Amino acid sequence: MLEIVFISTLNGVLYGMLLFLMASGLTVIFSMMGVLNFAHASFYMLGAFFGFEISRHVGFFPGLVIAPVLVGLIGMAVERYGLRQVHRHGHVAELLFTFGLTFIIQEVVQMVWGKLAVDYKVPPALDFPAFTLFATEYPAFKIFMLAISIAIFAVLLLIVKRTRVGLVVQAALSHPDMVGMLGHNVGRVFMLVFGVGAGLAAVAGVIAGPALVTQANMAAALGPILFVIVVVGGLGSLSGAFVASLLIGLIQTFAVAVNVSLADILGDTQMAETLSVWFSDIWSVTVAQIAPILPYLLLVLILIFRPRGLMGNRES
Amino acid sequence: MIASDTTSELPSARRRSFLATYGVWIALAVVLVALPYVLNSGLAISTMCLMGIMIIFSLSYNMLLGQTGLLSFGHAVFFGLGGFLTAHAMNIVRVTGAPLPLEVFPIIGGLTGLLFGVIFGAVATRRAGTAFAMITLGIGELVASSSLILRSAFGGEEGISVDRTRVLQMFGISFGPQIQVYFLIAAWLFLSVAAMYALTRTPFGRICNAVRDNPVRASFIGYNTTTVRFLSFSMAGLFAGVAGGLAALNFEIVTSSAMGAAQSGTVVLMAYIGGVGNFAGPIIGAILVTYLQVMLSDVTGAWQLYFGLLFIGIVMFVPDGIAGLVARQQPVLVSGRLHKVLPRYLTALLPGLLALAGLSMLIEMTYQLTVNAPEGPAMSFLYVPFDASSPLPWLIAAAMLAVGLWLFLKAGRLALEAYGDAVEAARGNVR
Repeated sequence: MLEIVFISTLNGVLYGMLLFLMASGLTVIFSMMGVLNFAHASFYMLGAFFGFEISRHVGFFPGLVIAPVLVGLIGMAVERYGLRQVHRHGHVAELLFTFGLTFIIQEVVQMVWGKLAVDYKVPPALDFPAFTLFATEYPAFKIFMLAISIAIFAVLLLIVKRTRVGLVVQAALSHPDMVGMLGHNVGRVFMLVFGVGAGLAAVAGVIAGPALVTQANMAAALGPILFVIVVVGGLGSLSGAFVASLLIGLIQTFAVAVNVSLADILGDTQMAETLSVWFSDIWSVTVAQIAPILPYLLLVLILIFRPRGLMGNRES
Repeated sequence: MIASDTTSELPSARRRSFLATYGVWIALAVVLVALPYVLNSGLAISTMCLMGIMIIFSLSYNMLLGQTGLLSFGHAVFFGLGGFLTAHAMNIVRVTGAPLPLEVFPIIGGLTGLLFGVIFGAVATRRAGTAFAMITLGIGELVASSSLILRSAFGGEEGISVDRTRVLQMFGISFGPQIQVYFLIAAWLFLSVAAMYALTRTPFGRICNAVRDNPVRASFIGYNTTTVRFLSFSMAGLFAGVAGGLAALNFEIVTSSAMGAAQSGTVVLMAYIGGVGNFAGPIIGAILVTYLQVMLSDVTGAWQLYFGLLFIGIVMFVPDGIAGLVARQQPVLVSGRLHKVLPRYLTALLPGLLALAGLSMLIEMTYQLTVNAPEGPAMSFLYVPFDASSPLPWLIAAAMLAVGLWLFLKAGRLALEAYGDAVEAARGNVR
């Protein structure tokens, strides 16, 4: 039991940190530009596939740097030549532009790398068990993933809190118009933030690719979860996104580890038997089976009881 | 709660003749009846059945996006749930032998859509804008993933099958042949389109537009914007459910993919490509997108890429969609300068087509070398056979794209100038 709790906590925090790598970029882009970037998960996927391709030729570690830079440049190009063009048609058009982009990126990835999962391997230098706990070997690569995401988190925090660029970004979060009026090149800040956001998502892709499955549907599977995080945390709140990422990471990992259904809980009483006839479908479903829908349930519950999100302070 | 006197006519509107008011509808009815006799192949009729269903679906979506300004990414939920409940109702009727003819079953789908529209609308319409979009996305994912868990209600991967010929038959119509189903769909299509159009002309429809354009002002003059959004959301659910019920009758099977993210995405594409600012837009979009889905998927394996590019192109350059593009030509007709503008359009169109051919050749060659790699590099494009692994075709394609694009931009500027002149002239005429 203790083993499950410990391993699941570790995995949950890891997954949560990965989610935050993506959700942070998404939140900052949304707060500054008012654009919910639908294609954010697609940048994550591009990162994973670029990382895979580079790891085949040069090795994993160069890919960890090159792939995010490439994806960041693509992100900047998308902002400069796509979003800025669409901006004058309003927010709906911007949102739909990124929505269309997900189609194109998915199709291109399918064309180049195929529909099946590619063989993105953990680099040999990190392919050993880091420690053994209660007879479970914990892979070193996961510790590496955790270290990378925490390091990036720390660097981001330093940049946002301690540098001039961070100050502008912070100001633009709450008062984008005022920042522009104070003479900052808001367009360039937007492009930079979009590129950095895309690059961060790509980092997540490069390090998550070998551990999870690198496949052309990975963006479609992850995208909605990111939006849940952004809404649950509160639109435009970076700390909210952090809390929500960890929350969802932990909920999903713990749910997968719990193999209990309603039938197990209520046992063989008389009442249980009548109920089982009525609720035949959900009677034998285990918590592990409903793990994929838990984030969405959380979303609906949050909206009913706290529409602003956990730490949000603006309505829309 | 919405009771106001907005029926006062605009000063210029005179009492219109019977034909001017109902002519479009009579024409629509005639076209719907005549179509299967003109295009009478099996493929054409089944495609038209699908188009009819999709027209209802995308019009119901436009009640949200176009008329109330709500961008929903989970609209297929109502389509799918309507389909599932219709399928279950048909199976129950078959077992119990209840006297319900097939013609009324889409109502069950519609009521299901309405019911779930009320339930989900109560949650989703508390917020507007981007938050609303994300909530509908979440609800869509919630329902779609739940449907795979609740096996007895949704049939798991196989879905729920029905037999449309096994319910009460009226007037000896068995609904075995597809053409009979076509007329059933056409009748429901006519009813739904008329009802949705009528709804846009009511005070409620106008208030929806007000909430879309300026929610703050709408609430200042005493309307609860949340309630308006909620009502609009529920109504959209109703018509999406009708479309889902018709789909269940048409395909005789409903699977959980009917309410998946792909289906929700398709309806966004249909409405937006057609044009959300115009009532006819989603109709055009549904016909075009369905046609492309059926026909293009036979021609090329990369059809979804073309689809994405078409959508991005529309979003970037023609944000009011095809219907908006057509509607913008009205001043050209008014000013009587069509003979001046049309040649300019054609000179822009030719290099545009050249660029398109170049782009599509590049895509097809990439496709041949990656996805179709086992079949070797030999391929043909526009009936010209060549070898995709040699550099020459790539150079030709790139040159076609570059030259076509350059000429298109030049000719496009001239065409826009001619259009601008025509609009100026039209304004002068009005004055």
